Order: sequence, then C-alpha cells, then structure tokens
Amino acid sequence: MKIVVCIKQVPDTKGGVKFNPDGTLDRAAMLAIMNPDDKAGLEAALRIKDETGAEVTVLTMGLPKADDVLREALAMGADNAILVTDRVLGGADTWATSTTIAGALRNIDYDLIITGRQAIDGDTAQVGPQIAEHLGLPVISYAEELRIEGDSVVVKRQYEDRYHELKAKMPCLVTALSELNVPRYMTPGGIFDAYDKEVTVWGRADLKDVDDSNLGLKGSPTKIAKASDKVRKGAGEKVNLDPTESVAYLIGKFKEKHVI
Amino acid sequence: MDFTLDKKHEMARNLFKEFAETEVKPLAQEVDETEVFPRETVTKMQKYGFMGIPVPKEYGGQGCDPLTYVMCVEELSKVCGTTGVIVSAHTSLCVDPIMTYGTEEQKQKYVRALATGEKLGAFALTEPGAGTDAQGAQTKAVLDGDEWVLNGSKCFITNGKEADVYIVIAITSITEDKRGRKKKNFSAFIVDKGAPGFSFGTKEKKMGIRGSSTYELIFEDCRIPKDNLLGPEGKGFPIAMHTLDGGRIGIAAQALGIAEGALERAIAYTKERKQFGRSIAQQQNTQFKLADMATRVEAAQLLVYKAAMAKATQKVYSVEAAKAKLFAAETAMAVTTEVVQLFGGYGYIREYDVERMMRDAKITEIYEGTSEVQRMVISGALLK
Repeated sequence: MKIVVCIKQVPDTKGGVKFNPDGTLDRAAMLAIMNPDDKAGLEAALRIKDETGAEVTVLTMGLPKADDVLREALAMGADNAILVTDRVLGGADTWATSTTIAGALRNIDYDLIITGRQAIDGDTAQVGPQIAEHLGLPVISYAEELRIEGDSVVVKRQYEDRYHELKAKMPCLVTALSELNVPRYMTPGGIFDAYDKEVTVWGRADLKDVDDSNLGLKGSPTKIAKASDKVRKGAGEKVNLDPTESVAYLIGKFKEKHVI
Repeated sequence: MDFTLDKKHEMARNLFKEFAETEVKPLAQEVDETEVFPRETVTKMQKYGFMGIPVPKEYGGQGCDPLTYVMCVEELSKVCGTTGVIVSAHTSLCVDPIMTYGTEEQKQKYVRALATGEKLGAFALTEPGAGTDAQGAQTKAVLDGDEWVLNGSKCFITNGKEADVYIVIAITSITEDKRGRKKKNFSAFIVDKGAPGFSFGTKEKKMGIRGSSTYELIFEDCRIPKDNLLGPEGKGFPIAMHTLDGGRIGIAAQALGIAEGALERAIAYTKERKQFGRSIAQQQNTQFKLADMATRVEAAQLLVYKAAMAKATQKVYSVEAAKAKLFAAETAMAVTTEVVQLFGGYGYIREYDVERMMRDAKITEIYEGTSEVQRMVISGALLK
C-alpha cells in the first residue's frame, strides 16, 4: 500500500502573528513548523505503516527551506520526500496550490492521499478537497479517526455535534484533524538518517497536465484585501469563590450586563 | 572554525527541547517533591531512543555522536536535573565502558538491551572510605572456578536499584612495589540486578536531583559468571578513569542545562516583576547580572561542546572533559545562586523552579570527580 501525505511548512502562530508593513505575513520573524493538522495526517499514515508496512511519501510545495519539514517527516518515519519548488509557483492561492500539488501527484502511485484539514496560516480548508477534485478522487474531510479495511478506508468525520462514519474505496483522499492522534516524536537516529536521504526536488517542468494560467500568483483568482491578527481580548476578571457563591456572582454580573 | 550547529544537530536539539518541555517539565517539581524516580519518563525516552544516542545502530543504538547525546542531557537538565543525570549515568557510565572494553558477546548481550532502553545501567566505584582516593576501596572479587565472588559495598550509586546492569569496580589482587608498599589492583565487572548475593542498602536522601535514585549496593558472596569481567583483569582502575572522563562530559552537560534553565527563567521573571514602578529587568543591576550570566553560560557551552567533539575524535580527552565539567558545574552553581537572588523571596520558595535548580546544581561540583579533582587533572596535564 502506498500513502502520500501532503504537508506544509507554516509559521508557528503560538507566539502571535507578525506582519510586514504591507500587510503580508512576516514569515522570517516567526518560527517555521509542520502544520499541526498535516502532522496528525502524517502520524495516521505512519500508524498504518507500522501495522501494514505501507510506504509513506511526504510531499510539500514551498520555498527551498521547506526541506526542513520534509526532513522532520523522514525523521518521524516517512520513507520518501518530494519538494515542489519553483519561482513561478510562488504567491499561489488555494486554487493554484491544489493545481500544482495535483500536477505533482499525477507522477506517483498512491492508494491513499492524506492532507491536513487546513493550515494555520491560511485556515481555508480548501486545498485538500480541491486536490481530490483535480484528481477525480472521492474525499472524506475532517477525519477524527481513520482505519484501513481491506481496499477501503473507514473515517469518522467530525461535525460540531455529531460524527459520520464513512467508508470509501481507495484510491481516495482524506483530510485530517489534529485531534486524530498525538503525533510521535522524531528519534535522534531518525534525524541523522533523514539528512542522509535524498529529497526529490520538482519544479514547474515536472508537473503533469497543468496549465500555466492556473499556477502561481498569476493563476490565483483569490485577492486578499486585508489581513490582520486576532484582536486580543482583555485578561478578564478572576474570582475565587465556592460554587454556590460563584453562581450567584455570575448571575449578578449577567444581570448587570443585561445578558439575562 | 565554525561555531554553528549543522541542520541535523539543530533538529536534534529541537526534538530534545520539545520532549523536555512537553514530557519532562510538567513532572519536574513533583519528582523533586516526592523523590520518586520518574519511571514513566524513562519509558518514554526509551521509546524514542534517548537511552542509546551515541551507540552504533548495530548494537541497538541511534548511531549519533557524543555531541547529540550531550545536547539531550543539556535540554533535559534545563527543565529537570534528575532526568538529565538518569540519561547521563546510564549512557556514559554503563553503556560506554561496555562499548569500549566489552567483548563482542558482552556488547551483544548488554549494549543492545541498554541502548534500546530495555535495561537501565549504573556504575559503582565510590565506597564509604573511597571517594576521590580510589585506593581506599575495600570491595574485592575472587575467582572461584567459573565465577567471580564479590564482597563489599558501594555507595552513592546513581540509578541504584532502578538499574538492571551495574559496572562494578573491585580489587582483584594486591601487589607490592619495590619499596614494599601495597598497591590494590582493580578489575571491572558487569553485574546484573538479581545476581545471588547482590542487594541494595539504604536509599540516600539528597539535597538535589531528588528523583534520581541513589542507593548503597551490597555484595555478600555475590557470584557472577567468569565472563562478566569487563576488560583485562587488573585494568579496572584505568577503565574507571576513562569511563569517568566520558561521564564528566555528561555531567558538564547537565550542569550547563541547569544554568541555562535558570537563566531562561530569570529573563522571563525579571521582565514581569515590577518594583518601583518598572520591571526589574529595566534596572541596570539586573541587566548586568543577566549579561554576565549569559556570557558565562555560553563559555560553558563552548567548553562542553568542545569536550563532546574531542570524545568523538580523540582517544584521550581527560583534560577537555575536566575543563568542561569544572567550568560548567561552577557556572551552574553561580548562575542558579544569582537567579535565586534576582527572584528575591520568590526564589526561596519551593513553588518556583529556581530553588530546585540551585539545589540540583550543587551536586555537579561534587560527583564524577569534584571540582578539586578536575583542577588536579587539568594542572597535572599542564605540569607534566
């Protein structure tokens, strides 16, 4: 069985988001990490590998420094890594990105493609399903559980108040939630091996069946008017009361604020 | 000369840092308070290969270098000195001598199990009457048919009782020199927990590294197979000294980590703590203290990394190891003491990590050769 996991290097938003004066993300000022949902997707693939001996390939599109997340994936246990990088692919929105990744995926064999639900820098959740659309594959998004049954995958798909259990015959694409699992750590030896391995690097010329008009900034229909960080809330008020008193206190506050 | 880490070492450091922050830090206070050996953490470290970092893959290790191992002890010790020394004593004092002096059979039997973390290791040289002066040792080993019979006791043994495999140094003969002075000749042995006649005495109650299990080992007609002699008979003393050279690099890394951990907390705290209407980090007194500590910590780090590189490339690295341990240990003590002072009254309260760090730092000036011993080693080489 062959699994491809699409991963993305994203700025770590834990310490807040930093912007350039022109409103774009100041990626250089923020630590680069593997997108959490993608990491859960990789862990899911590695667990299938542990059980069945599946071959796991990781693929990313990005700047040459995205090599770091591929090495990290190799150090966690992935078998192969592909970096899709080319100046003409820069500035891509979700449409151009999914077109590019689908163009790369047409070169390789797979039974299952796993992507993260969404990246913490864009939060669109569009790229995974778009890739499936480009490749004509069934897609199950928002996976909080995933297992293999014969030639199919069975996925517990999360909703706000319920879940659906869906079964799809492979090949198919699944988008993973970070709640899917707790990803393993790398091992020190895995890291040393990862840097001895070859990462396959592909450019525009290696993409199959894609049109230039759908690539890079020029091929991106999305226009971003403005981006901003979340507005920070105040520290709030802390009170130390027993349960009965705190209920009374809260009710009082709600009344005061005309909530009730 | 390039002082930057390459990518794989940088990534290894990130791994150790993330592991330490996520898995070790939340338990550090409890481990200190309850003096309970953090078995759960050791099991996790075993799973991720931390117990055999510099060991070749063919013996079940990770196939990395001493620098990677040193960074692991450093990062663990930043958040918990106890966890740092568990890895250090296991790797430097038990796995390393078997890798260096063991027969192929001994390596296959012991190193594999130790490097994968299936078994935990310890090292026993110190005795109640023999610390720095190893000649004061009393523990003897006598060959009886196919077995060595050990009698005596060892004290202050790190990982004692928790460990499965012990390197034990014992007297195997006494010879006289030309002037008629008696000289004890030592040999090194591998002793398994559970060997007949091998038991544990008192558990020590310590000032710091309180979750590390420190026990007395007792040998009463303890019988071990003849094949468990490690290295040539009579070479136990040089084996022990060479082993301690490696061990000192591990302890230097532990001391470095404690100092770095304390400094990190001081930076965060002094920015938050307000007195006289502004943060104490805005006072020049604080700024100069932070600057001095940061400079000293970096100097310690360079010495520790240099010693680790020397271990990777040189046969003898006693002086590098002694300098690293001396400076890192004294840095740890000085920095943690200063950081407690910067924290003021809060620094003296057990709820804050820096109080524990100051207690943990002290041992690094004492075990695996006191600072005085390190000075003897360094000056001895200068005046040779």
